[in-house]
Amino acid sequence: MAGKCDVRARLLQGNESCAEAALLAGVRFFAGYPITPSSEIAEILSARLPQLGGKFIQMEDEIASMAAVIGASLAGMKAMTATSGPGFSLKQENLGFASFTEVPCVIVNVQRTGPSTGLPTSPGQGDLMQARWGTHGDHPVVALYPSSVAETFDLTVKAVNIAETLRVPVILLMDEVVAHMRERVIVPCADEIEIAWRPRPTVAPSDYLPYDAGPDGVPAMADFGTGYRWHVTGLYHDITGFPTSAPAKVDHLVRRLEGKIANHRRDITFTWDEHMDDAKVAVVACGIVARSARRAVRLARGKGIAAGVFQPKTIWPFPYEQIAEIAARVDRIIVPEMNMGQLIGEVQRAACGKCEVIGHFRVDGEPITPEEILARLEEV
Amino acid sequence: MAKSIDEYLRTQFMPHIWCPGCGHGIVLNALLRAVARLDLPKDQVCVVSGIGCASRAPGYLDFNTLHTTHGRAIAFASGIKLANPDLHVIVVTGDGDGAAIGGNHLIHAARRNMGVTTVMFNNSIYGMTNGQYSPLTPSGMFAATAPYGNVERNFDMCELVRASGANYVARATVAQARQLSTYIERAIENPGFAFVEAVGSCPTYFGRRNKLGSSLQMLETLKKNSVTAAAAAKLDPAELRGKTIIGEFYRGDAPGYIELYDGVIERAKEAAGK
Repeated sequence: MAGKCDVRARLLQGNESCAEAALLAGVRFFAGYPITPSSEIAEILSARLPQLGGKFIQMEDEIASMAAVIGASLAGMKAMTATSGPGFSLKQENLGFASFTEVPCVIVNVQRTGPSTGLPTSPGQGDLMQARWGTHGDHPVVALYPSSVAETFDLTVKAVNIAETLRVPVILLMDEVVAHMRERVIVPCADEIEIAWRPRPTVAPSDYLPYDAGPDGVPAMADFGTGYRWHVTGLYHDITGFPTSAPAKVDHLVRRLEGKIANHRRDITFTWDEHMDDAKVAVVACGIVARSARRAVRLARGKGIAAGVFQPKTIWPFPYEQIAEIAARVDRIIVPEMNMGQLIGEVQRAACGKCEVIGHFRVDGEPITPEEILARLEEV
Repeated sequence: MAKSIDEYLRTQFMPHIWCPGCGHGIVLNALLRAVARLDLPKDQVCVVSGIGCASRAPGYLDFNTLHTTHGRAIAFASGIKLANPDLHVIVVTGDGDGAAIGGNHLIHAARRNMGVTTVMFNNSIYGMTNGQYSPLTPSGMFAATAPYGNVERNFDMCELVRASGANYVARATVAQARQLSTYIERAIENPGFAFVEAVGSCPTYFGRRNKLGSSLQMLETLKKNSVTAAAAAKLDPAELRGKTIIGEFYRGDAPGYIELYDGVIERAKEAAGK
């Protein structure tokens, strides 16, 4: 439509927010398999994508949907899938393929309790490590983790942009509570948000080296069918894209893939904090638990406790530097999470013994409340 | 005069990894001759494979080529075809890759009538991993994991794919290279899901373990044991034991998935406009 759209507030469900943001960011392909609590994303996109000339397909399984997403991305469409823990496990092999062949894509994992079928579909935060290390071998990934419906919108757009600019699979980790709650979102106009595309080759097809990256580590990517006939393989490959077993070339590839994320770490690390300036005790939490932590810290401040809250919105790469800086100036960090202790391991690595790190774990399928966190703050 | 197939090959990577006497080269040749007769522009051809001996073919082909994970080629290919329907998407798979780990994707692509051509290089064995039995290893034959003989029954892939809804289903052996190439040509031309089973031979693992003689003898045996579909209809099951039925089993013209989804886009745009 011509003319400027109105910036407008909308009441959106978390999953709806994710779907709408993906469309705004230019996603035109979705392949998925039914699973709660992510179902609404597929349902909404099955209706919305064809309206925009995009494609939706419900594949025969989770593995196939991940594969179709990679295929569509190679053919030039921004592509996404959505799932939950059991499906996320099934996608891991092809997720590794996308990471290794540097095919941009977004994987939404609306987490539920696990392992296995768990307690469908109660909230849990047990997939932090699966997001990082779910597939085999050293590989780069980026994972973002919203705590609200508005953040879901913002981080979905960022997920698509990062996937494209860094040519990496980006995982959007969501909590079931956020996926199903409804909140106010200021939906921006298309011209108000930054939309990124994968870097394109600027050389003639005959000179194209598909994995020859510049200093930033991200090679240019040609769409299939545009005259650049290149080869994509999950085997170790050199800058030509063809298989190699030469140790120096293999080493170069693995290190470049890790390096391209490290090079851009500052651009893709998003965090939020409150009352951290003079805090003596910090709560580090992600997703819905960060919301409870925020409330708990405000209540604690009312009681004269010097508490603060820090929320990593980017889980991978983990904000080690920021946590290290916090650890150097607080007495204690409390890490509440809805699992048996995954986030806390990274916080301890970052804190490196500079302060006390205490976990608060809940695994009964219920969200952690502000009162629980407040009680831990009052123990100080 | 048909074009030379050399222009479709990345000759700098020759010699290929296939063993002397392997039937895969004949299948690849038949495929490339089909592409040459159809005069498809190289930029508009996309060849996708999974894992295994046959799946190494795309590396040697000067098209848009994608060597994926084990069994998943058809699912990747479906995404490519949906995103760019102008591409001729051809899947190259083996009997382990396509009939075992990838069997589910195969039947569902056939059910959807997805516009992808699948050529199954059937050498009756998992060659790349030393010759374990596959779903297409005939009962009673020996394999690295069937030292006392294979007690499993093998699939009839053409019947399976036909029953799943494919638009085109055919089978030939590497002893009928021209016929095989014709079938692949017709498969590529079909807008729906098209399947060609190319029965070949693996002298290194299947042949040697089962004492089937030299690669040439294996080829002659394939030729001798081939029975056309028409002739097979007149034989009883006992007479058909050990035979390979060749021919076109189905040529349909049901609309392919891409065409049907164009209808979805039309209806969605109409609904959005209301």
